[in-house]
Amino acid sequence: MRSKVVLRRLFRNKQARYGISALVLLILLAYVGPFIGPYDWTDKDFLAFMSAPGSDHWWGTGAIGQDMYAVTLRGMQKSIVIGLLVALIATGLAAIVGSFAGYFGGWVDKVLMWGVDLLLVLPSFLIIAIISPRLKGGSWLWFVVLLAAFSWMITSRVVRSMTLSLREREYVLAAAYMGIPRWKIIFRHIVPNLSSLLIIDATLNVSLAIIGEAALSFFGFGVQPPDVSLGTLIAEGSRNATGYPWLFVFPAGLLVLLVLSINLIGDGLRDALDPGSNS
Amino acid sequence: MSILEVRDLTVTFPGGIEAVRGVSYDVDRGEVLGIVGESGSGKSVTSLAVMGLLPPGAVVSGSAKLHGRELLGMDEDEQIKVRGKSISMIFQDPLSAFTPVYSIGDQIAEAVRVHQKMGKDKAAKRAVELLDLVGIPNPDLRAKSFPHEFSGGMRQRAMIAMAIANDPDLLICDEPTTALDVTIQAQVLEVLMTAQRETGAGIVMITHDLGVIAGMADRVLVMYAGRPVEQGPVDDIYYRPRMPYTMGLLASIPRVDGEEGPLVPIEGSPPSPAALPPGCPFAPRCPMKVDMCDDEEPPLTAFGAGRHVACIRSHEIEHKGLTGADVFPVPVIPPSDVVRVPRAERATVLELDDMIRHYPLMKGAVFKRRVGTVFAVDGISFDIAEGETLALVGESGCGKTTTLQQIMQLQPPQGGRVVVLGKDSAKLDKSERKGLRGDLQIVFQDPMAALDPRMPVGDIIAEPLRAHGRKDASARVAELLELVGLAPEHAERYPNQFSGGQRQRIGIARALALEPKLLVLDEPVSALDVSIQAGVINLLEELKNRLGLSYLFVAHDLAVVRHLADRVAVMYLGRIAEIGTVENVYDHPAHPYTQALLSAIPLPDPERERTRKRILLEGDLPSPADPPSGCRFRTRCPKFAVLSEAERRRCVDEEPSVARLANVVDHGAACHYAEEVEVITASDNQEEE
Ligand SMILES: Nc1ncnc2c1ncn2[C@@H]1O[C@H](COP(=O)(O)OP(=O)(O)O)[C@@H](O)[C@H]1O
Ligand code: SF4
Ligand code: SF4
Ligand SMILES: [Mg+2]
Repeated sequence: MRSKVVLRRLFRNKQARYGISALVLLILLAYVGPFIGPYDWTDKDFLAFMSAPGSDHWWGTGAIGQDMYAVTLRGMQKSIVIGLLVALIATGLAAIVGSFAGYFGGWVDKVLMWGVDLLLVLPSFLIIAIISPRLKGGSWLWFVVLLAAFSWMITSRVVRSMTLSLREREYVLAAAYMGIPRWKIIFRHIVPNLSSLLIIDATLNVSLAIIGEAALSFFGFGVQPPDVSLGTLIAEGSRNATGYPWLFVFPAGLLVLLVLSINLIGDGLRDALDPGSNS
Repeated sequence: MSILEVRDLTVTFPGGIEAVRGVSYDVDRGEVLGIVGESGSGKSVTSLAVMGLLPPGAVVSGSAKLHGRELLGMDEDEQIKVRGKSISMIFQDPLSAFTPVYSIGDQIAEAVRVHQKMGKDKAAKRAVELLDLVGIPNPDLRAKSFPHEFSGGMRQRAMIAMAIANDPDLLICDEPTTALDVTIQAQVLEVLMTAQRETGAGIVMITHDLGVIAGMADRVLVMYAGRPVEQGPVDDIYYRPRMPYTMGLLASIPRVDGEEGPLVPIEGSPPSPAALPPGCPFAPRCPMKVDMCDDEEPPLTAFGAGRHVACIRSHEIEHKGLTGADVFPVPVIPPSDVVRVPRAERATVLELDDMIRHYPLMKGAVFKRRVGTVFAVDGISFDIAEGETLALVGESGCGKTTTLQQIMQLQPPQGGRVVVLGKDSAKLDKSERKGLRGDLQIVFQDPMAALDPRMPVGDIIAEPLRAHGRKDASARVAELLELVGLAPEHAERYPNQFSGGQRQRIGIARALALEPKLLVLDEPVSALDVSIQAGVINLLEELKNRLGLSYLFVAHDLAVVRHLADRVAVMYLGRIAEIGTVENVYDHPAHPYTQALLSAIPLPDPERERTRKRILLEGDLPSPADPPSGCRFRTRCPKFAVLSEAERRRCVDEEPSVARLANVVDHGAACHYAEEVEVITASDNQEEE
């Protein structure tokens, strides 16, 4: 019943409706758009270097004649997947580790929090730098895993401390007295009551992952040329954004739209899950 | 001349919430004005407006004159001068009124020095005097304590001391005893009356408890939906209420001296201040409503000497001499079949045998070490027969909740035995324990905290069903909702869309989902308003009879217990002090503690309250980590104080165990010198003919 009620509330929510439509359009653009354009992202037009948007190259071309329309959409495919996956994994991990540590307490808590603290003190950038070269040639999904693995710890600490207070609530006791297993209590009563925090965390993680990926790519990890992502495109385009704005404007604009739509969905989901809001 | 004159006071909060809609009253010197009403009726906002303590954004109109001087719209500096000097306020939660980092004595001295020119030493001495006046033992020592080191009752006394520090002309008390136990409440009310005698101040006493003001108020103002609906001398209001709401309120309260039978509930709940009905605000709940009631809000009109009533049918009520029981429909509760079998022949659903639950007392933040033991439950025994309600009563901290938790956990206790439906909790395996959970369910005190706010009500009620593998959940949910008097269509709503009483019904529906045999009720009605409480009590009674349930009922309200329970066990510091049938224990209490407890309960009966003699207990509950030797009650026992030296020895050396009293079947007390005394005499005419 809950999922039904939440879904209905979600679709009644204006923000969520706009957000979902925008995200669907963006995904369509990223995956269907390339078939409509005249060029492939690997094509190079040696007759047009750095040409402004026009009827042939809709979004202009880059330094070696790449068609920016095709390249940007290719980059967006990567970024959408990276952003969503990293956010999902990082927030999910934070929720699970934090709530299990907080609810079970005792040695489970000690072990999990010891792990969290260890990851927190390790310089994550360094580790990614060390590990990345070894994963070269491997799937870039490894990169997603790495990025996610280093961005959940602080949230999990917050989740844990909130769980400590939630676990004393009478409805949690009531569930225990009904004979419901503890892991079920966590997923049914603890995590949903942390949803506001988790949703905010996840939406933040999406943008952080897309932008963080660009930073890492800049240093040579993550998405490597010739492959592209929104992050790498923005990094490159920003260098001569004044002279050749189309190199920058299109990827940056898409990133903004992407983050905006995710935020709208996040807000809508939060309201849909929160019985206190009457939307 | 009156000290305070309030005229047409209104308070509106942003969003069009009309919290107070025209309140007028006077308070004379030495007079006590009682303001009663359910939560949200605007009692607190009224007095906060007078004190100038409303949050910014609230719009106030009307007038409030102190000695003829307008208080509303006074500038901040002057307000501060008046506040604390001429008017003081006493809040429900005294902890919030003290700063945690200064000692109580310093804060009282500070309050003195703000308004009077006085040296530091003299102010400190005055603080000690004041603490002495309000009955704090060792006041010179205690003045150096910090607020958190005081118990609730002591903090409330300290708050009174601070409030009267500058000889105010008016004391406004907002639910000053609501958070306290009855024995402490009796002490604090006594102190308040002493303080009034000392200062000659007028008192505005705000409460939802009609018992508290019966004995002390001179006049009473009844509020409903932000307006006074009836006002007059205390005897008139209590014995001759002329407004249906007041009548219902008085008829809905269970009484320690009352007889059995269903209570009179007021259906529905108070209107939201943002969506008031067009005419009389009570109309949606009023059984006497006629079409004219919806036309316009009846004004508060003079009605005989010094009385005001806001009801268009008040004269008719007067003529016909109607009472609450005549006007409000009294539900018929079918009798139980089970109880026809004598108790001895019925099955035992719960048995505790010398059960013990101790907690380690830890100290230190980083390296915790054990410094002692909290004897939370220290050997209690009782049993519950099928179809019976046993009530566990006692002050907070006496071990009631611990007892319940130990029973609900179905784990081996630290000592003694817990036998649920013939199965010893120490000998259960996992599947047996889960099976037993279906027969043993709990209803919690706070209906908001007990329901997951993020779950639709249908899921909440279905949860135990699904946990026990029942497939037909949704049909059963609808059935259960109907059983507790809610609409099945409400299954998709969230808990916050229900009122307190409705939420408690949801909690009860969830507990009944698996058709349990024994229901554990942890203060199920104490968080509810009186008018709502009656409906829930009736529901519990009806369900018990219809479904053949047994209840273990924990409460601190002895009036509710008298109404609902068959047997009662009085707990003190982790032990049972007295146990027996409700009639025996209430009419002939034999343990000095029970006697004090019963005599501390205020009756909603001004005449009897004024003449009643109270047995006041000294001090607070001792710490359960360090119970007194021998009889645990001896440090506060009024009987111990009058015993001879030789007799006292026995109380100090030997711990009394529950001994059956002679001549009665079901009545025992844990006192060496148990002696039956009548504390509350049964009243035969509750309302004047
Ligand atoms: N700061 C505030 N903002 C908005 N509404 C408020 C505020 N304080 C109180 N109210 C509303 O005013 C009404 C009366 O409240 P209150 O005087 O506290 O009732 P009582 O003391 O009788 O329980 C309630 O409906 C309450 O929700
Ligand atoms: S005015 Fe009408 S609705 Fe209001 S209390 Fe009187 S009879 Fe009831
Ligand atoms: S045993 Fe003694 S101290 Fe205890 S209750 Fe009886 S008289 Fe009082
Ligand atoms: Mg109040």
